[in-house]
Amino acid sequence: MSKEMVNPRIAYGETLIELGKKHPNLVVLDADLSKSTKTIMFAKKYPNRFFEMGIAEANMISTAAGLASCGKIVFASTFAVFATGRVYDQIRMDVAYSNANVKIFATHGGISVGKDGASHQMIEDIALMRVLPNMMVFAPSDATQTRRIVECMASNYGPMYARVGRANAPLIYKKDDLKEVKIGKGIIIEDGDDISIIACGTMVDHALDARKLLLKEGIKTRVVDMYSIKPIDKKLILKCAKETNAIITTEEHSIIGGLGSVVSEILAEEECPCKFKRMGIRDIFCESGEPKDLFAKYGLSANHVVKTVKKMMK
Amino acid sequence: MNSHDDELIKKLNLTAVKIRKHIIEMLYRAKSGHPGGSLSAVDAIVTLYFHHMKHNPKKPGDPNRDRFILSKGHAAPTLYAVLAECGYFDLKELKRLREINCMLQGHPVSQHIPGVEASTGSLGHGLSFANGAALAGKLDKKKYNVYVMLGDGETDEGQIWEAASAASHYKLDNLTGMLDRNFLQIDGHTEDVLRLESVRERWSSFGWNVIEIDGHDMQQIANAFHGTDGHEKQPSMVILNTVKGKGVSFMENNVDFHGVPPNELEYKIAMEELDVLQRKLEDAQ
Repeated sequence: MSKEMVNPRIAYGETLIELGKKHPNLVVLDADLSKSTKTIMFAKKYPNRFFEMGIAEANMISTAAGLASCGKIVFASTFAVFATGRVYDQIRMDVAYSNANVKIFATHGGISVGKDGASHQMIEDIALMRVLPNMMVFAPSDATQTRRIVECMASNYGPMYARVGRANAPLIYKKDDLKEVKIGKGIIIEDGDDISIIACGTMVDHALDARKLLLKEGIKTRVVDMYSIKPIDKKLILKCAKETNAIITTEEHSIIGGLGSVVSEILAEEECPCKFKRMGIRDIFCESGEPKDLFAKYGLSANHVVKTVKKMMK
Repeated sequence: MNSHDDELIKKLNLTAVKIRKHIIEMLYRAKSGHPGGSLSAVDAIVTLYFHHMKHNPKKPGDPNRDRFILSKGHAAPTLYAVLAECGYFDLKELKRLREINCMLQGHPVSQHIPGVEASTGSLGHGLSFANGAALAGKLDKKKYNVYVMLGDGETDEGQIWEAASAASHYKLDNLTGMLDRNFLQIDGHTEDVLRLESVRERWSSFGWNVIEIDGHDMQQIANAFHGTDGHEKQPSMVILNTVKGKGVSFMENNVDFHGVPPNELEYKIAMEELDVLQRKLEDAQ
């Protein structure tokens, strides 16, 4: 059965329009990428509340903080690579340290950016954002969850970062199945008691595919969608450690500093040892190529998840 | 030119001396901090808070207030002393600058200090932040103005020029920049470190209304702000020609006092000099 594909970027654009109606104080900024990030959809509907900042991301972030200081809910968007590393100091000072109500929504996160190559494949953003005090970090897994997370970002105060990929993504949740998401919670999408796969973003779908393949061999995996990376659902992680034999984390991000790091930190500190494996980009820059080929080459396909699970079962 | 009465100018000059004494006292007690750029910035900031801006220390969050952003955050002592003298917080706080468990951090923090608009200290951000506040004012059709002070060395930062483009693009005529042109930064003369001249042409070529004045002349400062408030369709930049370390003879134009506080002897001499200046101003007609 073919999967229903929806682009999370479109979901972002559509949700911004809805939120623009609900929150008259919501404004949106972009740095010459509004056609790609889909903030252009908001710009067309609410031209006076959209600010095109040009290719000047540092200025965009600090301006966002200035707007927030006057009571605005500010969404600032560009590609993940420009939305974080390029403007780290601006985010640190003006957003995180100032506890400003600025929402950085980045698209084109991870290696599934594809052909643009490593310059545009952001695999360090979650690490960079989560070390900042006050900053909350989300990585939605599909278009429906993107909607719910964007709503959540608008209605809760504080600095927040969310990233989605560039590509169309299989729909994991039907609209009505996911009425809201909670900050600091994860979702057990499919249960099982052999091994837990804790995933975020695009890897949730790969984990679900892997689960199906493994079921045929009698291996029952639990798939957790850990969309809220900071704060994270510690209880759920510990529950997985206790109820299943091992935990695998998988993310379209470096194995250093992302979801895998958070989970390992919690397991180590809570003295809750269990077999544990991080799947992610293994501390290298990747390359140009089709997303599916990149996932295959760099160890993030559903088949890689299957192999990793089997190894852990031994 | 709008002329301001002598009484007002005298009052502003006396307030400026008082602020300078606070600065010396604070830095001496804290045994760290930045005297040079704090002292050069005093007169323009005093004119804003004690004469020009609409603000109410009892309502620091008033949405209609004028806003001042200190982009050159290392001049925090000046801002703190001014805010305390205005009544935003107790003057006693000044004695505990940079101490643990105290409110006044080494650089301004918006979250914890009443009256501080933006957290600064990493140079180059403040103008962008001010743009954001000015854009919000336009969007909400509010009448407030936004003032932002930049160090001249600070304009080495690329982000300043991103912000300069944006302010001009969005015709932010509710924004007035103040450039503390004291010609010195940590490593030396601004023109030796990374040439800035011609400063005036730079800002005007970015589409700004530029005014150049003596940054220690209260009459000129007050007139300049009066002029920029009425200027339409362009942001304004007031180039304040200043002296780093202004008011303390041995600190003036001395780059060694960029980030070094006075020792005990220097503290005593500085306070004496400022006392003499204060008496002279009080005795003047």
